Amino acid sequence: MQLELKKIVEALLFAAERPLTTKEVRQILAEATDEENPGVTEPFRNVREAQVAATLEELKVELDTEQHSYQVVEIAGGWRMVSRAEYAPWLKKLLDEARPHRLSQPSLETLSIIALRQPISRADIAAIRGVEVDGVIKTLLERDLITIVGRSDVPGKPLLYGTTQRFLEHFGLRSVDDMPKAAELRVQAAALKTAEGETQHSNTPSPQSADEGQATAASQQD
Amino acid sequence: MEADYRVKLEVFEGPLDLLLYLIKKEEVDIYDIPIENITNQYMEYLTIMQMLNLEVAGEFLVMAATLMYIKSRMLLPADQQVTDTEEEGGEDPRWELIRQLVEYKKFKDAALQLSRREEEQSNIFARRGDVGIEVEAGRAPLAEVSIFDLINAFSDVLKKASARDDFHEIAEEKFTVSDKIEEILYTLRNRTEMLFSEVFAQASSRTEIVVTFLALLELIRLKRLKVRQDQAFGEIHVIKVT
Repeated sequence: MQLELKKIVEALLFAAERPLTTKEVRQILAEATDEENPGVTEPFRNVREAQVAATLEELKVELDTEQHSYQVVEIAGGWRMVSRAEYAPWLKKLLDEARPHRLSQPSLETLSIIALRQPISRADIAAIRGVEVDGVIKTLLERDLITIVGRSDVPGKPLLYGTTQRFLEHFGLRSVDDMPKAAELRVQAAALKTAEGETQHSNTPSPQSADEGQATAASQQD
Repeated sequence: MEADYRVKLEVFEGPLDLLLYLIKKEEVDIYDIPIENITNQYMEYLTIMQMLNLEVAGEFLVMAATLMYIKSRMLLPADQQVTDTEEEGGEDPRWELIRQLVEYKKFKDAALQLSRREEEQSNIFARRGDVGIEVEAGRAPLAEVSIFDLINAFSDVLKKASARDDFHEIAEEKFTVSDKIEEILYTLRNRTEMLFSEVFAQASSRTEIVVTFLALLELIRLKRLKVRQDQAFGEIHVIKVT
């Protein structure tokens, strides 16, 4: 029986306990075997990643159009099969999940700063928020929403923080670029420092857009 | 006033939060902040927070000094305003502060959108190997209503009470936070909620009002009560947590 690629991919997402990347799916297709019926898996050995991606998009559309109670979504760099919001009341009952605490406002703000400016040090985060962030950082580390990603070169060699995979999953983001306000605020620390040097010469207080900052930094490097 | 125990409420928010709150409340233009007005309001809040023995971070005091400095420079004639060697000619003394506020506000907006996404995600489920229950240990945030909203309401209560004839500055009786906690809970024994102003209806001295407010804050921290505000800067409701 000739199986459909789309159905195989659907089955994989159905069973997976975490998001799968197109790369992983391609690899599974390349390596899976059926010893009793070798001919079954053969046709899918050489499926390319681009084809996997296209198939996933097709699957998404199909599930949406046919209004299945589940859907596939892009999240945290991969694809995942999830239920639809309408069925939340029953699923909550089934899974009897203790409602995870919503994050506090200061936590969300600190998290936004880290997500958009990572890698970033404690001191730089505090400078933006205008207040100490020690307690909040501790909480975010405990909840595995941020992690230590390295050390800065500046004197004192402070720790640098960045967001985790769990962060992306918690907020349903595909990647950090998917963050709200990413286009405006996502500036690498280095480019920002150069931009700050530029803005001191301007007379009117106007919001410095991320693009302006990066363009200025780029032209300075030329 | 002798507090039987000190209500330790960490004000997680900082001076920038307070300034943005005041800017919103006064409905002024963030790019053209009326420094005198905002500085006066800011100092008023600072005074109240200190009166309540709230843990006021050092940054609040630094900001107070900064605001004073900007205010004084704004009072100088234009040609004398720029004395700082670091700045170019003609720069508005408020520039750095405004820049900081505008940037921070953008992150606040991002945080708000993140909050909505968090809400959406909580209604969607996927297969899990381990049921990842994330329980936040420790402190309970003053979630729905900000600390500044509470201070604002408290300030209103104080002002209204001071205007009354039978109001005393010095307390006749000794009030303790523990007593007031019991009293508030007793008032709510057959009800689920009451208005913020109602909590202070019986208070007849400034000390009593302060102690009552501290008791309220403590009950919120203990999660026995929560507060809700349906309109920005509107009446606050105090709700019993069952």
